[in-house]
Amino acid sequence: MQLSPARENQVSQAVLVTEIQVGIAELKVAGHPDRLITFSLGSCVGVSLYDPFTRVGGLIHIMLPDSTQFNTVTKPAKFADLGIPLLLSEIRRYGARSANLQAKLAGGAQMFSGSNEKFELNIGMRNATMARQTLKKLGIKILAAELGGNRGRTMILDTVSGQVFIRTAGSQLKVI
Amino acid sequence: MSERIEMSYSHLDVLQEISNIGLGNAATALAELLKKKVNIAVPHATFLEMEQVFPLVGGLEEVVACVNLSFDGDVAGTVMYIFAEKSVYKLVDMLLGQEIGATGELNALGESVIMEIGNILTGSFMNALGSMTGLTMQTSVPLFAFDMMGAILSASLVASGHWDEQVLLIETIFLQNNDQIKGHFFLLPETGALNRLFEALGIPA
Repeated sequence: MQLSPARENQVSQAVLVTEIQVGIAELKVAGHPDRLITFSLGSCVGVSLYDPFTRVGGLIHIMLPDSTQFNTVTKPAKFADLGIPLLLSEIRRYGARSANLQAKLAGGAQMFSGSNEKFELNIGMRNATMARQTLKKLGIKILAAELGGNRGRTMILDTVSGQVFIRTAGSQLKVI
Repeated sequence: MSERIEMSYSHLDVLQEISNIGLGNAATALAELLKKKVNIAVPHATFLEMEQVFPLVGGLEEVVACVNLSFDGDVAGTVMYIFAEKSVYKLVDMLLGQEIGATGELNALGESVIMEIGNILTGSFMNALGSMTGLTMQTSVPLFAFDMMGAILSASLVASGHWDEQVLLIETIFLQNNDQIKGHFFLLPETGALNRLFEALGIPA
């Protein structure tokens, strides 16, 4: 059956879920039923927090592990040590309770092949380690993680189910 | 730690000129490799904030091949060459003397071909830069990735520590007969490197 444009519009609006984009070195919080998405995590790490009772979710796109190695910090969400506590306080403002929160992690890949000292510092692994440590310090349990390897990943948090979808180039969507 | 250079037209002119010469050398090298005439167009050279780069090159999830080369010496930084997926396959076909369209995925042979091309292009560019400025720069072994553009770009930036600075983006188009191969060339200078480059060229920033 063909729908008229007006009718089609109504139908799509009825099921429309807003997809909120989280840029590099950004963090965002959203309530049910919206989705949070961050594109193309390479060595960067995405950390999602989700409260299954209030169905509030948060997502951060971390670039670097440790802010204390820098003199000036303009974007705290860029760093695992500063950004994750910030995400926690932000999600609590939306009514989520710390004790309910579940964390999921993705990214931390080593994108390049070939040998080069600069690139062998393995930022991806350091990001992942610092993210885990910071979550532990904050008393947030990690429910799932998809870290390491050499593929870029897009990460989507669905606040309806708490599921996290991982998209990689040329592979099937994965749920964690 | 951020370095913001106020770009005048004369600075951009010089960079455009360097790009033309550097990539002209690259086209010559490519033509020798292909044993065919290759024309090159350098539509523009621009200085951008990193956030502005992603939408220009394509979507964040677009699959690209990237060859990455670090350099050290009088000035330090990273150069990168990025080809969109379709251009990668065309390049492989051209280099292996196959009909355009024969390649639809990147195998080990294709990967080494692309890596070699990226190495030649970035190397020719660095040679031109060196001879114009009289500065000495040593380049590293090239690195290769074939994946989502956003993931590759952010990983290179993080690894080289340039993230919140400006990058020089040079769009290039190689033409062989009617086949267009579009690539993006990036120069990511380390803090202070741009000033030294301009000083060496006699136009202090």
